[in-house]
Amino acid sequence: MKTAPAHAAHADHYFVPQPSLYPVILSVGMFLLAFGFIQLINNFGAGKWVMFGGTAVILYVLFGWFGKVIGESQSGAYRDWEDRSFRYGMIWFIATEVMFFAAFFGALFYVRVISVPTLGGMEGAHGFSLWPEFAGTWPTSGPKGANFTPMGAWGIPALNTALLLSSGATVTWAHWGLLRNKRSQLALGLAATVLLGSTFLGFQAYEYHHAYAELGLTMGAGAYGATFFMLTGFHGFHVTLGTIMLAVILLRSLSGHFSAERHFAFEAVAWYWHFVDVVWLILFVFVYWV
Amino acid sequence: MITATTHAAEHPAEHYPGGLMRWLTTTNHKDIGTMYLTFSLIMFFVGGLMILAVRAELFQPGLQLMKPEFFNQLIGVHALVMIFAALMPAATGFANWMLPLMIGAPDMALPRLNNWGFWLLPPAAILLTLPFTLALFGIGDGALATGWTFYAPLSVQGGMGVDFAILAVHILGISSIMGSINIIVTIFNMRAPGMTMMKLPLFAWGWLITAFLLIATLPVLAGAVTMLLTDRHFGTHFFDAAGGGDPILFQHLFWFFGHPEVYILLLPVWGLMPHVLSTFSRKPAYGYKAQVYSFIAIGLLSVVVWAHHFFTAGMPVPALIYFMFSTMAISLPLAVLFFCWIATMWKGAMTFETPMLFAVGFIVLFGIAGLTGLILADVAADAQYHHSYFVVAHFHYALFAGGIMGVMTGVYYWLPKWTGHMYSEKLGKLHFWLTVFSFNLTFIPQFFLGLAGMPRRIPDYALQFAEFNAISTLGAFVLGISQLLFAWNIWCCVRGGPKVESRVWEGAEGLEWELSSPPPHHSWEIQPVIK
Repeated sequence: MKTAPAHAAHADHYFVPQPSLYPVILSVGMFLLAFGFIQLINNFGAGKWVMFGGTAVILYVLFGWFGKVIGESQSGAYRDWEDRSFRYGMIWFIATEVMFFAAFFGALFYVRVISVPTLGGMEGAHGFSLWPEFAGTWPTSGPKGANFTPMGAWGIPALNTALLLSSGATVTWAHWGLLRNKRSQLALGLAATVLLGSTFLGFQAYEYHHAYAELGLTMGAGAYGATFFMLTGFHGFHVTLGTIMLAVILLRSLSGHFSAERHFAFEAVAWYWHFVDVVWLILFVFVYWV
Repeated sequence: MITATTHAAEHPAEHYPGGLMRWLTTTNHKDIGTMYLTFSLIMFFVGGLMILAVRAELFQPGLQLMKPEFFNQLIGVHALVMIFAALMPAATGFANWMLPLMIGAPDMALPRLNNWGFWLLPPAAILLTLPFTLALFGIGDGALATGWTFYAPLSVQGGMGVDFAILAVHILGISSIMGSINIIVTIFNMRAPGMTMMKLPLFAWGWLITAFLLIATLPVLAGAVTMLLTDRHFGTHFFDAAGGGDPILFQHLFWFFGHPEVYILLLPVWGLMPHVLSTFSRKPAYGYKAQVYSFIAIGLLSVVVWAHHFFTAGMPVPALIYFMFSTMAISLPLAVLFFCWIATMWKGAMTFETPMLFAVGFIVLFGIAGLTGLILADVAADAQYHHSYFVVAHFHYALFAGGIMGVMTGVYYWLPKWTGHMYSEKLGKLHFWLTVFSFNLTFIPQFFLGLAGMPRRIPDYALQFAEFNAISTLGAFVLGISQLLFAWNIWCCVRGGPKVESRVWEGAEGLEWELSSPPPHHSWEIQPVIK
C-alpha cells in the first residue's frame, strides 16, 4: 500500500471532542438503576430509592450530554463528515431496535405456530397429554391459564393505527416545511405530531386499564397476555421516547435551530418515529387483527 | 511523513487531564483501546481463577472443596466472564487501537460514545460477580447457577443471582452494541481517501462482519433475558407450557444470539491472522477476496444454524436435518480461510517470532475445533456427545485455541507498536510452548471423557473417569500459571525495553506501520491518500 506525501492529503480535520465525564457518570447512573431494580424485585426496601438516584443521574447526563452536543452543533463544529457519522450511527441504532422487536415477534410466532398447537395436539400425536381438554387454538392463556377476553382490533387499536399513520404524515409535512424554509409549517407539523403521539399514548393507557379492569386480560394471561403486553408495552415505551424527542425537536425549532441544509437531529427523530410507526403496523396485524 | 501527523504544537488550546481523570474522561481511541485490553486481561485472570477452583474440585471423584450449588455458579460465571468480559473486550480493544491506524483515520468516528462503551463494562462485571460477595454476608444464595445459557425453567426458578446476571447481560449488550455501531461507522466513514472497501485491511473486514452480527443478535439476547425477567417477577408465561409457552422457546432465542456469538469472538481473530502470517512469511496475504467473501458467507450462515446447540431437546426431523446441513455448510467458507492461511505461508521466507508461533499454533489447534465441530453437527452422532465433556473440549479448542490464542497473537504482534518497546522474545516463546503443551494436556483428555460418557456441569463423577480428570486438572493449573508469564511480559514491555522502529516487523505492510511506535496522540490527523 502506497501513501502520498502529507501535503497532498485530505485537508479536513475531523471533530474529535475534548475529554468528557458524561459517559462515566451515565454508566454510574445505569449501574444504580440496575442495582436498585434488582433490589426492588427481590423485595429489598432500599431498591426504589437507589433506582430514583440512578434515574436522576441518568437525567442529569441526558440534559448535560445532549446540551453539549446541541451547543457543538450550533457552533458549527459539525460539517458533512461528522454529519455522515451521526447518520450511519442512527441507522444502525435503529437496526438494533428492529432486532429487539424481532425477538418478541419471534416469541409470538413461536407460541402461535409451534407451542400452542403442539400442546393442543399431544393426545393425537403421543396418545398422552397432561391437559387432554386443551384445544390449542389462538387466542389462549394456555391449558392452565385464567379466562380472559382478547382485545378486539377495530375499536381503539384501529383508531390508534389511524393516529400513528397521520403522525407519520405530519412529521413529513414538517420536514417539507423545514426544507423550504417555512418555519411555521415546521413548527405546526411537529406540534401536530407530538399531539397525535400523546393522544395515542392516552388511548393505550385507557386500553390497558380496560384490559385489566374488564377483560381479565393481564400480563399473567398466558401466552396471549405475555406477548400482548410485552409487544404493545415496549412499543408504547418507544412511542413515549419518540414523543419526548419530537417535543425537544419542536422546542429547538422554535428557538431557531436547524436549517434547510443541516438538520440531522430532526431527521434522526423522524426516522425513529417512522420506525415506531412501522412496528405498530406489524403489531396491529399480528397482535390485534389476525 | 510520519512527523507530518504530530501536530501537538498546532493545538495550544487542547488540554488533557492527567492521572485517573485521563482514563475516566478520555475520548482518544488509543486510551480507550488500552482500557479495554487492560480490563480484558484482568477479567481473564478472574475467569481463570474461577475455573481453576472448578478443576481443583474435579481433580478427584467425590465432593472435596465445594457444594454442588457453588460449583454450578462458578462454571456459569466463568463462561460469562470469559466471553463478555475477557474475549469480547480484547477484540474491541484491538479494534479501538488498530482500526484508525490501519484505515488512516484521526480517531474513531464517535469518540464519546466509545468511552461510554468501555465504562459500561466495569459496572456489568460488578453486577455479575457481586452475588458471590453478597452470599458471604448471607444475602441471597450466590451467583446464577444455571450455566451461562440461562436455560428455562431452571433460570425461572433460580435465586437472586439470575437477576444480577440478566441486568449484567443487558449492560454488557448495550456496551457491545455501542462499540459495534462505532466500528461500523468508523469503517464506513473514516477511511483514508482512496481506500476502497476492497482495499480495506482484512482485520477491518473481520471486525465489520463481527459488528453486524452483534447488531443483529445481541438485541435478541436482550429480548430473551427480558422475557426471562418478566417470567420470574411479573407473571408472564413465555417459557411455561401451562400458559401456552415453551421452555424450548428460550433455547431458540438464546442460541439465535449464542451461535453467532461464536463467530463474533472468532471473526476479529480471523481478520488478524492474514496480517501476522503475511508479515512473518514476507509475502502478501493469499486470497484477499476469497477471505472477504468467506467472512461474509460465515456471517450470513451463522444466523441460520442456531438449533444445532439443542438437537436433543426435541424438534421435528426436517428441522434437525436442516440445521445439520446448514451447520456443516459453514465448514466450506471456513476451509477457504484455512486454505488461504496455509497458502500465505507457502514458500514464504518464514521466521518464527512469538506472534507467528501463536498464529501457527492457532491454525493447528483451531483446526481441531473445526473438525470436532463437524462431528457434533451430525444429528445422529450428537445424540451421544450432547452435554458431554466432548462438547466442553470442542468449544475450548474453538474459544481458547481459536479465540484467546488469537488474541495473544495480536497482543504480541502489536504490543511493540503500542508501547514503542520490544517484549522479551525468550519469555514470549516460553509462554507459547507452555500454553500449547498445557492447553492440550487439559483438553485432549476431555475428548476421551466425553466419548466415554462423562456429562458436563457435574461436580462429581464415576471412578472410571478419575485418571483423565486428574491429568486435565494438572494441565489446567500449568495453563493458568503459564499465563502469569504473559502478564509479566506485557508489564515489562509497557515499563521499558529495547526501542522499536515504526515498522516493527521487517515484513509488515500497511498504514499502521508508517506511524511512529508508539503512535502520536492523534493518529492520522491529516489523512494519507491511498493510491
